[in-house]
Amino acid sequence: MKPFDFVQPRSARDAVAQWGPDAAYLGGGTNLVDLMKTGALQPARVIDVTRLPGLDRIEVAADGAVRIGALVRNADLARDADFAVRAPMVAEALLAGASGQLRNAATLGGNLMQHTRCPYFMEPDAACNRRAPGTGCDAIGGAWDNAAILGHAPSCIATNPSDLCVPLAALDAVVEVEGPDGARDIALEELHRLPGDAPERETTLAPGELIVALRLPAEAAAFAGHARYLKVRERTSYAFALVSAAAAMRLEGGRIAEARLALGAVAAKPWRARTAEKMLAGQPPGPDLFARAAEAALAGAAPAEGNGWKIDLARRTAARALAAAAAGTPERMPALPASPFSLSEDLSHA
Amino acid sequence: MSFQITLTLNGTAREIALDDTRVTLLDLLRERLEMPGTKKGCDRGQCGACTVLVDGRRINSCLTLAATLDGAEVTTIEGLARGDALHPVQQAFIDNDGLQCGYCTPGQIMSAVGLIAEGTAGDDPERIREGMSGNICRCAAYHGITLAVRQAARQMDNDPKGDAA
Amino acid sequence: MPDTLTRFGSNSGQPTTRRDGIAKVTGQATFAADNHPEGMLHAVYVPAGIARGRVAHLEVEAARAHPGVTHVITPGNRPDLPGDPDAKPTRFSFRIEVLQDDTVRYAGQPIALVLAETLEAATEGARLLAPRYEAEPPRTGLDDNAPFAVEEPGFGAPGDTVHGDPEAGHAAAATSIDATYDTPPQYHNAMESHAVVAQWDGDRLTLDTPSQALAMSCAAYAHLFGIEAADITLRSPYLGGGFGSKAIPNGPMVLAILAAREAGRPVKLSLTRRQMFGPVGHRGATRQRLRLGCDADGRLTVIDHETLAATSTFETFLESASNASQGLYASSAIRSAHQGVRLDVGTPGPMRAPGEASGSAALECAMDELAQAAGIDPLEFRLRNYAETEPGTGKPYSSKALRECYARGAEAFGWADRPARPGTMRSTDGKLVGWGMGTAFFPSPMFAAEARATLRADGSATLETGGADMGQGAWTALAQIAADGIGLPLDRVELRSGLSTLPDGGVAGGSGHTATAGGALHSAGGDVVRQLSELASGQPDSPLFGAGNATFEARGGRLQIAGDDGRGDAFADILARAGLSELTGSGSASRPDADSRDYAMNSHGAVFAEVAVDPDLGQIRVRRLVGAFAAGRIVNPRLAESQLMGGMIWGLSFALHEAAVHDPRSGRILNADLAEYRVPVNADVQGLEVITVEEDDPHVNALGIKGVGEIGITGTVGAIANAVWHATGTRVRRFPIGLADLLAAE
Repeated sequence: MKPFDFVQPRSARDAVAQWGPDAAYLGGGTNLVDLMKTGALQPARVIDVTRLPGLDRIEVAADGAVRIGALVRNADLARDADFAVRAPMVAEALLAGASGQLRNAATLGGNLMQHTRCPYFMEPDAACNRRAPGTGCDAIGGAWDNAAILGHAPSCIATNPSDLCVPLAALDAVVEVEGPDGARDIALEELHRLPGDAPERETTLAPGELIVALRLPAEAAAFAGHARYLKVRERTSYAFALVSAAAAMRLEGGRIAEARLALGAVAAKPWRARTAEKMLAGQPPGPDLFARAAEAALAGAAPAEGNGWKIDLARRTAARALAAAAAGTPERMPALPASPFSLSEDLSHA
Repeated sequence: MSFQITLTLNGTAREIALDDTRVTLLDLLRERLEMPGTKKGCDRGQCGACTVLVDGRRINSCLTLAATLDGAEVTTIEGLARGDALHPVQQAFIDNDGLQCGYCTPGQIMSAVGLIAEGTAGDDPERIREGMSGNICRCAAYHGITLAVRQAARQMDNDPKGDAA
Repeated sequence: MPDTLTRFGSNSGQPTTRRDGIAKVTGQATFAADNHPEGMLHAVYVPAGIARGRVAHLEVEAARAHPGVTHVITPGNRPDLPGDPDAKPTRFSFRIEVLQDDTVRYAGQPIALVLAETLEAATEGARLLAPRYEAEPPRTGLDDNAPFAVEEPGFGAPGDTVHGDPEAGHAAAATSIDATYDTPPQYHNAMESHAVVAQWDGDRLTLDTPSQALAMSCAAYAHLFGIEAADITLRSPYLGGGFGSKAIPNGPMVLAILAAREAGRPVKLSLTRRQMFGPVGHRGATRQRLRLGCDADGRLTVIDHETLAATSTFETFLESASNASQGLYASSAIRSAHQGVRLDVGTPGPMRAPGEASGSAALECAMDELAQAAGIDPLEFRLRNYAETEPGTGKPYSSKALRECYARGAEAFGWADRPARPGTMRSTDGKLVGWGMGTAFFPSPMFAAEARATLRADGSATLETGGADMGQGAWTALAQIAADGIGLPLDRVELRSGLSTLPDGGVAGGSGHTATAGGALHSAGGDVVRQLSELASGQPDSPLFGAGNATFEARGGRLQIAGDDGRGDAFADILARAGLSELTGSGSASRPDADSRDYAMNSHGAVFAEVAVDPDLGQIRVRRLVGAFAAGRIVNPRLAESQLMGGMIWGLSFALHEAAVHDPRSGRILNADLAEYRVPVNADVQGLEVITVEEDDPHVNALGIKGVGEIGITGTVGAIANAVWHATGTRVRRFPIGLADLLAAE
């Protein structure tokens, strides 16, 4: 690991002031420290933001909107009863990610800034436009079969691996940032960028901007009764998604009044499927409808690197997540959160 | 860059001077404080062998920079037993043969202590399996590990302070 | 008294908890890298980032300039190694990579070594070397190079064997299958990575390093460093897993020892997880073609098993997979053959059930396919082809309770209710459910070992052998055997092991360590008992005076006339009368050639698997595994069950999880970590049941022990693959079976 300066600012303003082009903000360290070890990231200064005051709170406003400080740990957010009852699929996604140990360390802000798991990004010996602009993309023509199927470009076929971001995108979450030019809000859906011709710009944050909080609008709670996160992977636990889906709906009089659907691990950003959502609205729930919506969600999908199977899998995952959401949110967190092997247990309205 | 941190390590306050910001909690324990009970399995948060408790919560010490820990309370496998009296989780691992080579065992045990404190798994084997999935055991003593955590969880439920140990 | 007790003593057979349990649950068990001698330097080496070519440049000055770095060792300045690293000083030796030149033969090969005052400095120093390469296209897949003929796969196993007339067998078959199965490269990944702390004192060398074969390792190090093996003290009290990878010295360990001599200070080297993929062995990839035929009654007319297996460009070890078909099923004709292919990969080596694991995976799937084609239940099909004597040779089995394994496993599992047609079972939650089975089979070899026993005046004893506990439970099981050999209760016996200055404990491998090292310990104890008998029968004050011609037995610290509980004498009293403070005996164990000639000796078992497959998503979960094993005498049922379960989960991992993936451009392993090289986690393991079927085997060795370390993998891989077929109707012939395979098949 390259030597670095270490600072622990006591205010967000101070943190931003200490930032420079070679600096990195440190939250729980579960991603940054790992990538510093592999050599993929080599900051000269590490700004430990975990001592910033007031960013570790979960606040529910009178209107039901929730504001979550960027330093709230994944485990604490998932287990917060007030939060979980409003956004159960967010809690489920959090608990489907990583391990108990990592969830205790990982922060909300850090999770939103999580880098791709593309092995060519994580391995400094490889060519990677995302890590080292202009060097090329060894993933193209490589052997990583978990690459993007949506929104990829000749410059980069990386995916965003976050579980958390998928339901957040579906629920119109908003990110609060502070930066050299002051504070601003960014829709979570706009936070991550598709690669285009500048894959090194992973997010829309301006240089030095720091995530301080996330807001979930009051309307999100309206979906709490029918909301599921489904994660398909090659190990029963402690594995990144091959594909995931967050599905939620409001049912009124036997029909879907409004639906939300987002896919994970399919693109460089959480993939909100708005066309599919429109198709669902006003319809009675059912397998045919869900299959058509899933088909629409994957419109434009193309294999990046011999991974056409992911398109099929994503379609099936979306349809299943919709069906699970329609069946109802479990009363108790499943033993295996988000697992296909937990879908039918503990249903409140099976 | 030199700096100093204060840790409460297994109940004892320690002033620790460091000359290198790169030092992780794991390497601090193993290479600088002569406390090698905590093990390095992957050094990347992918196996759980390095699990310790920080402020009562289980974390991967390999991904935790020591510099971030000023003021923290750290509990390692060396700090679990009270004299010769094993912690209920330690005894349960022996009783249920929840170990073979023993290398992942300190991490498994610290993780189990953390899981039981979290209170979300209870004595449900399926929830224990999920809750212990951040600790890889290549010998694959998982059957015994699950039984051990269940035994300890039941015992500690009856005796939350572990006084029976 | 049961016959087994008189034959073996009462400590063996008890489900004693691990004697090293307290040390391991309290963090007090000292593994190699836990040592930290005064003045120690840390070593980190640079792994090659390409698989084939040469190192063109290293930024040596940049590395040297990093604060804390003391030495940068490259092929250009590597200190001399007295012994030839290409030579084979022992039977189990490979050419090792110790910076002989700038050639790169596989990704991960050490190409330079950095020493520094701290681990952080050594790590960064190694990174700063920033190698540049002249790369050639790597060959990492089985089709990337031309096959070559193999005479001796594995360590001297037969390459081609034919029994009967395979062509006639094919011609006579009423039903045939011809199927090809692919198995991937797999890496041991013991949780403890390979590590060494090396300290020189003149020409004397002290090593803390995990070793499955202490004396053999010392012989290799002595050869390489031009010193006497007796001048090496190798300490290996605990191995954090071995699985075959810690038996043979490897390049990184040798480089660290060399660096310690150069630096004149102790040196510690501990491989990173990534570095575990390359220079320390793996299970090489195979492609196996099986052509099986049976007659109208379902009796095999031919097993024709061909293997194409990978090895490195500079060694010959490869998976003797086809030999798995030689000893198991009765067939009029059996042919096994091997071809090799040289790839730009580290040399494969023995990995838990080498040869048998890969071979059994393919054979058990092929048997299932043929049973299906012939319309016969898979278990019934295996029973119809049950071998009463070893196929081909006609040798009797020393013992073989496989029929009981089939029966008890099937009963516990509920196999009788299995529908023949695939895709017909559903769980209440809508998952496709399938049942499959496979036969488990592993040879029961012995190596050679020696031991020493010392009985003290107070009636306690120390038994010594340089054995290895890598998790199988040697500290416990060997102590139980040792206590029986010398006739003492377990708590009166101290076992000393894991140290090269003790008598040679042999190799902890091949599932033969308990029988071999245990045999030596038992025999050393027996030597003490024999001396006690001589003393006592000559002591006028002893109740045993004059009983020199009687048969003695030793139990509970007393010597007595066999079958006469009334006439005996305490060990302590015999020693006291003789004025001895202690009595020392020695023993050894190995298998007489005649025994190997006259009997086929194997462990057997039957494994039954239930899997659930999500019908839409293809995600697979193993819900139940039931294994019934007959492995001779079980020394410690608690520990043996754990080891068998561990083996079965290795089988699960082989079937569904682990595979190394090479980048086609660089030849690097893309998933050289524990996140993407997916060994099972706890949640992958649900119902797990082990049944042991007792066998009283008078031939396999003096203790009747066959070994349980490896057999659990065999049978299990096929059982799970067959269950996936039974659940889905899709036959996947490439391991590991993933959901993409199932989706693609629809």
